[in-house]
Amino acid sequence: MDTHLKFTDIKTEGRQKSHRRDDFEAFEFTYKSEITNIHQLTEMENLYRIQILDPEERKRFTFQPGQFLMLELPGIGEAPFSISSPPSRHGDVELCIRKAGNLTNFLAKISRGTHVGIRGPFGTNFPMEKMHSQNIFLIAGGLGLAPLRSAIAYAQDNRSRFNNVEIIYGAKDPSQLLFTYQYDTWQADDINLNIIVEKTDPSWKGPVGLITKILEEIFSKKDDDFFKNTYAIVCGPPVMFKFVCNMLGQKDIPMQKMFVSLERRMHCGMGKCCRCNVGSTYTCLKGPVFDYWSVMNLKEAI
Amino acid sequence: MIFKVFDKKELKKLFDVLSSDNSIVGPVEIGADRNDQPIYAFSLVSDFNNIKLNYSTTKLPAKKFFLPFKEDLATFTIKEHGWQKNVDYNIDRPYIFFGLHACDINALNKLDKVLMGSTYPMPYYAAKRKNMFIVGIDCAPQPYCFCRSMGSDTVLHGFDMFLTDIGEEYFAEILSDTAYNFLKKINTRDPVEADHFLYMKSVSEKNKKFTAHVDTTDLTKILDMEFQSEVWKHWGQQCLACGTCSNVCPTCYCYGVEETVDINLKSARKTKSLYSCNLIDFAEVAGGHNFRPEQHIRLKYRYYHKHRGFVEAYEESLCVGCGRCGESCLAGIRVPEVIASVRRQED
Repeated sequence: MDTHLKFTDIKTEGRQKSHRRDDFEAFEFTYKSEITNIHQLTEMENLYRIQILDPEERKRFTFQPGQFLMLELPGIGEAPFSISSPPSRHGDVELCIRKAGNLTNFLAKISRGTHVGIRGPFGTNFPMEKMHSQNIFLIAGGLGLAPLRSAIAYAQDNRSRFNNVEIIYGAKDPSQLLFTYQYDTWQADDINLNIIVEKTDPSWKGPVGLITKILEEIFSKKDDDFFKNTYAIVCGPPVMFKFVCNMLGQKDIPMQKMFVSLERRMHCGMGKCCRCNVGSTYTCLKGPVFDYWSVMNLKEAI
Repeated sequence: MIFKVFDKKELKKLFDVLSSDNSIVGPVEIGADRNDQPIYAFSLVSDFNNIKLNYSTTKLPAKKFFLPFKEDLATFTIKEHGWQKNVDYNIDRPYIFFGLHACDINALNKLDKVLMGSTYPMPYYAAKRKNMFIVGIDCAPQPYCFCRSMGSDTVLHGFDMFLTDIGEEYFAEILSDTAYNFLKKINTRDPVEADHFLYMKSVSEKNKKFTAHVDTTDLTKILDMEFQSEVWKHWGQQCLACGTCSNVCPTCYCYGVEETVDINLKSARKTKSLYSCNLIDFAEVAGGHNFRPEQHIRLKYRYYHKHRGFVEAYEESLCVGCGRCGESCLAGIRVPEVIASVRRQED
């Protein structure tokens, strides 16, 4: 008998198998992509339009509102970003990115035409189909509008399937408002847009205060029946979740009908690196979109 | 399961058969501590005389052979316009692990669940794990071993062959065809009833020697109830946040990824380094917000992941009770004491 142990090469072994658990190459698979445009939204945020280069791969790339992807700039870094574009655009995605760390500051300096890598899509999504024939509250604070924009686009594309669609958006000051150029088109699609800023400036003519203030106003105009058929999506800083979700709870919207998106550090996006764990739940696998009941059961989630 | 018995003298022969064509990793003595006790480590070994099968516990698990502390996930060739990503799983041959204790094999089985049995299997681990041939060996409980409390004092699968000392001979459990064929190269015999008795005697004698215990009854619930308990602050004040516990843990797998451009500016790499949830920036996001800024919160998180979260996901704890973290902890924080304090079971 031969005493030499045989080397198992999973690269060749994996190719013969179709089960996802044996698809080892998926782990570091990167869609080669190009930044086709960079649109400056505010002083701190840019909207990057990124296209998967291979037309077939681009078509096959599908995602749901609320999911995220990992954006990689070789040698610089990789980080998770929620997808801001409509699902109907497949692998021609838009990411709204704030200059906040090494990678994002670098991204702010590059020009269109740069090749990047994307992996994904990852994570859970806002269950848009479940919300059909219901009212929806789309509530965003600050950069929380980035993931929400994909849900807004879905609502626009499927406007007949929703009743009342209400965007409630709070920002620090008018100069930090995102996607201002789109507000007209949202309203043209019969989506109510309610914006409030914390600090005003001479150009601002809208309401001033915290997002809860404008919520109270909207709530006062609706009857109890309205809330019986209402879903809510809440995106923003963690401190906002508690206040907003409590207000929604007071209107008897069940916690399973409120969805929040959690932000965490991630180094893999695939339930391995543990950096995004809340308690011991992987935000990248069980989230980033959670219903509020699940969030209440997670320790230290918000 | 197939059992065989062989004379202890045959073990060297088995080692020589295995080592003739393969790389062997085993416990060796690498020095002595200040109390003149030997320090053991897993290392490549080619001479049977260097392997110490009666070793207590190695300071570090055999992790570096299947979860290296640093490894490249990918390299990039940077061209005039664009780049090329090259992925390698960083292994080129099988390794034989000669003399792993039950706790360390159980640790591998637990890692298998999260790194291979989940939605996105991790090829860097799988490639190495699928090239492991494991010869397990029984052990003598040390004062810090609480594997019996964690159900990791025996191991049912995940190895090729497991040897138990029954006096003059070894009692071998054989789990793979490869192991069975290797045993054909030495003199073995089928066990008789007397050997079964010797095996059972050896096991029951081992069981009597455990001194460290952890009460795991309802532990997931208790950890939830005691989430705000003051005892965490007590342990947090002692903890130095050095991450040694994760470094020496056979089941800690969390990591960080960093990308760097090589000095020639023509290539770049994506490097994975094992990390620790006790390090301060573990849960810090871009912009500076830290979800676990305080030491006691990070320490609590570590216990939560090991003793609650993993149980919730896989119905077993992520701790095997090897006691390495407590032995290496500069602040003397030990799992049995921490769990007892949460349960209000201090002496």
